[in-house]
Amino acid sequence: MRHDPAARIVKKQSWGDFHLLRLESPALAAEASPGQFLMIRASEGYDPLLRRPISLHDSGPGWLEIFFRVAGRGTALLAAKEAGAAVDILGPLGKGFRLDGFGQDRTAWLIGGGRGIAPMYYLGRTLRARGAEVRVFYGGKTAAEIPLREKFEQAGLRPACSTDDGSFGFAGFVTALLEKELDLERPDALFVCGPDPMMKRIGTLALDRGIPAQLSLEAIMGCGFGACWGCVHRLKKNGEGKWRKICEDGPVFDAGEILWEEG
Amino acid sequence: MVDLGVDLGFLRLRNPVLTASGTFGYGTEFAPFLELSSLGGVVVKGLYFGPREGNPPPRLVETASGLINAIGLQGVGVERFAAEVMPELRRHETAVFVNVCGSDADEYFRVIEYLNTIEGIAAYELNISCPNVKMHGACPAMDPRITKEIVAGAKLRSRRPLLAKLSPNVTDIAAIAQAAEDGGADGLSLINTILAMAVDLDTRRPKLGNTLGGLSGPAIKPVALRMTWQVARAVRIPVIGMGGIASGRDALEFMLVGARAVQVGTANFVDPGAAARIVREIEAECESRGIRRVSEIVGTLQTQ
Repeated sequence: MRHDPAARIVKKQSWGDFHLLRLESPALAAEASPGQFLMIRASEGYDPLLRRPISLHDSGPGWLEIFFRVAGRGTALLAAKEAGAAVDILGPLGKGFRLDGFGQDRTAWLIGGGRGIAPMYYLGRTLRARGAEVRVFYGGKTAAEIPLREKFEQAGLRPACSTDDGSFGFAGFVTALLEKELDLERPDALFVCGPDPMMKRIGTLALDRGIPAQLSLEAIMGCGFGACWGCVHRLKKNGEGKWRKICEDGPVFDAGEILWEEG
Repeated sequence: MVDLGVDLGFLRLRNPVLTASGTFGYGTEFAPFLELSSLGGVVVKGLYFGPREGNPPPRLVETASGLINAIGLQGVGVERFAAEVMPELRRHETAVFVNVCGSDADEYFRVIEYLNTIEGIAAYELNISCPNVKMHGACPAMDPRITKEIVAGAKLRSRRPLLAKLSPNVTDIAAIAQAAEDGGADGLSLINTILAMAVDLDTRRPKLGNTLGGLSGPAIKPVALRMTWQVARAVRIPVIGMGGIASGRDALEFMLVGARAVQVGTANFVDPGAAARIVREIEAECESRGIRRVSEIVGTLQTQ
């Protein structure tokens, strides 16, 4: 975990509200692993005040990539930055996906909904480099909301896509597409990131079928490194429900640990 | 070379910058970002006697230059604090202040009596802004009589200097400050967060799980500065100012109106190195004004 007050943007790609930035930050990149995130300062001053948590989309020697969607003023300010500009980042933060022993002859299914697809590229590349067989499921509301599908294709991580409106791929939620595929085949593990209802549904599916699943949770965060206790989620610990910090204890948790609010 | 040392009467600090309780975790979270020994001291997260669950999420809402929190003082309790946190903190050369919480007078006293047995604590900061079970959720800091009683009871039991941390959610902050002084407080720190709320027009629901929360950050600085000035004029004991401090200049403004030291709060979240940076900025601001000792500036505001 380090602070880089001036990580240079060396590449930018945009698809409507979605943006990808490559940041040059050798010290942070050296510590990165899939599933971790950055806290990014969008303004120079104090309005908006807080950093924004954004997951790592990819990383290589000396660089980090983030993929995000404009959701408010902070992400809009970040999206307005162009290549050559510097960004103040903290990271890499949190515990990423646990890949211990995940290598050859193992099958991983990666499921991303909306901007939740972001960490799946880094994870997919990493798992494949270890010899695992990787399948990617990518869901969005419309064809315009699954902009990374070509990037995944080019990397050989051919994603099965779904759109809620049926404008591309499977018509319906990515959870329905996944359920259909799970009836035909059984992977060794699921890795999931997306909106809460999607993760709750997939978590339940995985538990019902006895498939290990790691879910990456999201929250409003004050600091990103465990000091403010603002980003808690209900998690099981020794059989009891506890508020635990997503930033420090997660953001990735086993499906069986996570307790969801009713409704 | 500027002399940054400040004297609180009961304790001399290397420099006037402390970190505010609730914004600096248990201190060690920040070790990757700054030298704890470069600060005047750290005030660790509020401690109740036992571990505490805290409020349901969402616990944070960002507002214009501010942050509303309703964490609910989730924490580890005194036993884990003594066993796990203090040994870590003792390895850093910094003055450790422990923020003491209680849901009634007795709990404050039990926390103090327990902590009295733990080495390495410089002083207590009594958090009289905790919701009190016997006051229907109001806090002792809202009532001068109860403030005096709890401060006096805590002082009696404490073998260490005692600060009382005041709430801004009162009609007359100077009266509460005097009550704490009468109760025997060795110093005062202020302000705690300003009671606040945020709502969602679309869902017609509060944005915080707890409905109400406390506002902090640069948005509250003018209010904090005003109250620090009012309190510093009303008491003889040292005053530690806080509320929206994000720069050395901000810190010196609080000292100008009478604070002998300051606490840096919400800025720690945005810039985890903020407290150390503010120490450096104070030094530079003093140098550029020919101020040799930072304590010279305390209470020198000209109002005529």
